[in-house]
Amino acid sequence: MLGRLTIEALPFYSWVAMGGAAVTVGGGIAAFLLITYLRAWKVLWTDWLTSVDHKKIGIMYVVLALIMLVRGFVDALMMRAQQAISLNSEGYLPPEHFEQIFSSHGTIMIFFVAMPFLTGLINLIVPQQIGARDVSFPFLNSVSLWLTAAGAALVLISLVVGKFSQAGWTGYPPYSGIEYSPGVGVDYWIWALTLSGVGTTMSGINFIVTIVKNRCPGMTYMRMPMFTWTALCISILIVFAFPALTVVALQLWLDRTLGFHFFTNGDGGNMMMFANLLWIWGHPEVYILILPAFGIFSEVVATFSRKRLFGYTSLVYATACIALLSFTVWLHHFFTMGASANVNAIFGIATMIIAVPTGVKIFDWMFTMYRGRIEFHPAMVFTIGFMVTFVIGGVTGVLLALPPADYLMHNSTFLVAHFHNMLIPGALFGYFAGLNYWFPKAFGFKLDAKWGIRSFWFWFIGFYLAFMPLYALGFMGMSRRMEHYADPNWQPFLVVAALGAVFVLCGIICIGIQLYVSTRQWGSSRDITGDPWNGRTLEWATSSPAAPYNFAVVPTVTDIDAFHEMKMRGSAYRRPERYEPIVMPKSTGLGVVLGGLSFVMGFAAVWYIWWLAALMLVLCLVCIGIRACDDTSEYVMSAAEVEVIETAWLSGITPADMHDMRDFEPRGAASGMTLSGRAL
Amino acid sequence: MSEMLTIRNDTDLLEEEEHHSLRGREFGFWLFLMGDAVIFALLFATYVVLSGNSAAGPTSQQVFDLSHTAIETALLLVSSLTFGIASLAMDKGHGRAVILWLLITLGLGLGFLVMEVLEFRGMILQGAGPDVSGFLSAFFTLVGMHGAHVAMGSIGILVMIGQVMTKGLTLPVRSRLNRLGLFWHFLDIVWIGIFSVVYLPGVM
Repeated sequence: MLGRLTIEALPFYSWVAMGGAAVTVGGGIAAFLLITYLRAWKVLWTDWLTSVDHKKIGIMYVVLALIMLVRGFVDALMMRAQQAISLNSEGYLPPEHFEQIFSSHGTIMIFFVAMPFLTGLINLIVPQQIGARDVSFPFLNSVSLWLTAAGAALVLISLVVGKFSQAGWTGYPPYSGIEYSPGVGVDYWIWALTLSGVGTTMSGINFIVTIVKNRCPGMTYMRMPMFTWTALCISILIVFAFPALTVVALQLWLDRTLGFHFFTNGDGGNMMMFANLLWIWGHPEVYILILPAFGIFSEVVATFSRKRLFGYTSLVYATACIALLSFTVWLHHFFTMGASANVNAIFGIATMIIAVPTGVKIFDWMFTMYRGRIEFHPAMVFTIGFMVTFVIGGVTGVLLALPPADYLMHNSTFLVAHFHNMLIPGALFGYFAGLNYWFPKAFGFKLDAKWGIRSFWFWFIGFYLAFMPLYALGFMGMSRRMEHYADPNWQPFLVVAALGAVFVLCGIICIGIQLYVSTRQWGSSRDITGDPWNGRTLEWATSSPAAPYNFAVVPTVTDIDAFHEMKMRGSAYRRPERYEPIVMPKSTGLGVVLGGLSFVMGFAAVWYIWWLAALMLVLCLVCIGIRACDDTSEYVMSAAEVEVIETAWLSGITPADMHDMRDFEPRGAASGMTLSGRAL
Repeated sequence: MSEMLTIRNDTDLLEEEEHHSLRGREFGFWLFLMGDAVIFALLFATYVVLSGNSAAGPTSQQVFDLSHTAIETALLLVSSLTFGIASLAMDKGHGRAVILWLLITLGLGLGFLVMEVLEFRGMILQGAGPDVSGFLSAFFTLVGMHGAHVAMGSIGILVMIGQVMTKGLTLPVRSRLNRLGLFWHFLDIVWIGIFSVVYLPGVM
C-alpha cells in the first residue's frame, strides 16, 4: 500500500538531520500561518497561483529562486564549516550526511535557483522588450512554473521524509545505481530533475515562439534588445539540450527500478555513456545559465553608462557563436575518461575557442563604459564586479581545457573554484543586477541602493575569500567533496574559505534587508513614469508595474534602443486618440493542479507507491484532455477599462518626472554612434 | 497584431486573436517535435552503443522476427496514409469522412500496439526481457518509447474524434487535428528509423 515508505523515513536518527527537517516543516507552517493571518489565501489563489500573466509568473519564479537560494546556501555554509574543522577528525557531519549536502547544494543551485531565476526574469521582461502583450502560450507558462515548483518541493520534502541523493549533483553511476545507492535519495534526485526539466523544456518552446512570432512591428531581429537575444539563444539550447537530461534520467531510473542495464557494471551496461549523455545536456546548460546574465549586463551597462551598447552586432554574433559551440565541448567534463589523445585534443581546442566570443563580449562592455557617464547603481556595480571576476574564471577555464593539465586538476578543488568562478559572477551577479534593475518594473518602486551596494560588497569579497583558497588547495592536491582530511597545510585555506561563506551569508542578509527596507519606504521611491533609470529598451515604455496587457497600443519600433528613440523624438507617454479592446487570457487553476498532481506522482514513484503514481498520471492526462477541449480560454478587456488604467498612469506623470534627455555626447574612437540632439 | 483595427465586436476580436495564436501553436508544435526527435536520437545512439552488448543473454539474431516486424511496419505505414486521407477530408470539410478515416487510423494504430505488446511478451517469456543485457535494455527502451508515443497518439485520435463529433470542424479543431497529424507522421518516420537501425541490422 505505501511501498517502501515506513516510519523509519523520518529523520529521528540524527540531530542535524532532524534540525533540517524541523526548519523545513517550521518554515512551511510559518508561511501557512502568515498567509492565514493576513487573510491572503483568496488573493493568493485568484491573483497569483491561478494567474497566467507572464509578469506574475515571472515574479513567482524569482520568489522560488530566492527561497531555494537560502536553502542551497545553508548547504554551502554547512560544507564550509565541516571542512574548516575536520582536520583529522569527523567534524560534525557523518560522511553519508555530508554527501547528501553537497549533492543537494549542486542540484538546488543549478535547477532551483539559477534556472527559475533566469526563467523568471525572462518571463517578466522579454515580452515587454519586444512589445508583446504576453508570451505565446500563457497557460503552458503556468504549467512550466508549477512543474518547476513541484521539483523544488520534492527536494525540500526529501529533507523531512527519507534522504536525498548522496551521488553528487551529476549522479554518476555506478555509485548512483541501485547496488550502491539502494535508498530513495537518487530517486528524489531523478524525479526533481525530470519534473523541472520538463517544465523548462516547455518554457524554452514558449519563449522561442514568443520571440519569433510576437514581436511588435519594426522589431527586426537585429533590433531586438540583447537580453531578448540571449533569451532566444538559450531557449533554443533548452529545447535541444534538455531532452538529453530527460533521457538520461529515464535510463538511470529504469536501471534502478526495473533492473535495466544501461549503466551497470556488468551485463553489457556502459557507465561512461551516462557521462556523455549527461554532459550533452550539461554543457549547454552552463550557457543556458550564463547567457541571460550576459544579456542583463548588456542592458545594464548601456543604461548606466548613458551610451548606446558598443558593438551590438558583434554581441549578437558572439552570443549565437557561444550557443552553437556549447554543443561541441561536452567531453571536456571527462577528459580523464581516457578517450584517445586526438578526441581530447579536439574537445580541448573547441573549449578554448569559446573563450574568443566571450572575450569579444567583455571588450564590448568595456568599450560601452569607456567615456560613458557611469552611474554606480547596484546593478552597474554587480556588472563591474562580474567583469573583473569572470575574467579570472575564464582564464582558469582555458587552463582546464588543456587535457594534460586537466589530468592533474580533474575533480580537485581547483575545478570547484573554477565553476563557482563562472557561475557566481557569470550567472548570479547578473541575476542580482537584473533584480536591482527590473524590480521597479515588477513592483512599481525602486530597491534601496545603499543595501544593494552593501550586498554587492559582501558577495564580492565573500566570493574571493571563499574560492581563491580553493584554487590553491587544488594545486596542493585536495580533491573535491572531502568529508575530512589529514593534511594540516590545508586547514588555513579552508578556514579562510569558511570565512568567505560567512561574508556571502551577510550578502544574502543584505538582500533581505534591502527588500524589507525598500518595501517599508516604497512610497518615497515610487516609479511614476515606468522608466526609473532613463532606460533605452522597450520594457521601460510600460507603466510600473505594467498593466496586464503591457501595451495599450502596440508600439512601432524604428531603432535598436526603441524607447530611447521615442523619448528623443518626444513620442513617449503620448495618449492615443482612441483605446481598443484587448484580448486577454483567462486565469486557470489547471496549472497549479497539474503541478500538485505531478508532485504527488513524483513522491509516489520515489517511494514505490505505484498505484498512487499511476492514478496521478491518469489524472494529469485528464487535466490535459480537459484543456485540449477548451475553446474559450480568452476574454476581451473593453476599451473603457483599458482607458481607465492608462489614464491613471499617464495623468500621474508630470514633466518633472521625465528624464533630461539633453544627453551628453560621448567622444572619441570608442563612442559608437553618438546620441544627437535634445528632445522633449 | 499590426493591422489597423476598426470598430468590431468582441467575437471578431477573439477570432482574430485565435488565428494568430493557432499559428504560434503550430510553430510551437514543430519545436516540440524537434525536442522529441532529440529524445529519439539519443535513444538510437544508446542502442547503437549497446546493441552488441548482449552479455550472457540472446543476441539480436536470436530474438528478432522480421516477418512480425514487417506486419507492424505495414500497419503503421498504412495508418499514416489513412490519417493523410482524414486530413484531406478535413480540408474539404467532410466531417463524417474525417471521423471514419480517423477510426480506421485508430484501429491500425491499436493493431500495431497489440503486435508490439505480443512481441515484447514473447521475448520476455523466452528469457529475453529488458533486465537481461544492455542490448535488450536499449532495445526495449527505444521501441517501447516509440510504442508509448503511439499510445499517446491513439488517445489523441480518440479525443479528436470526440471533438469533431461534438464541435464539428471548427478552426481550433482543425488546427489540433493538423498538429496531431504531424505527430502521427513523425512517429512513422521514427519507426522507419527503428526498422532500419534496429531490426534490419539485427537479423543480418
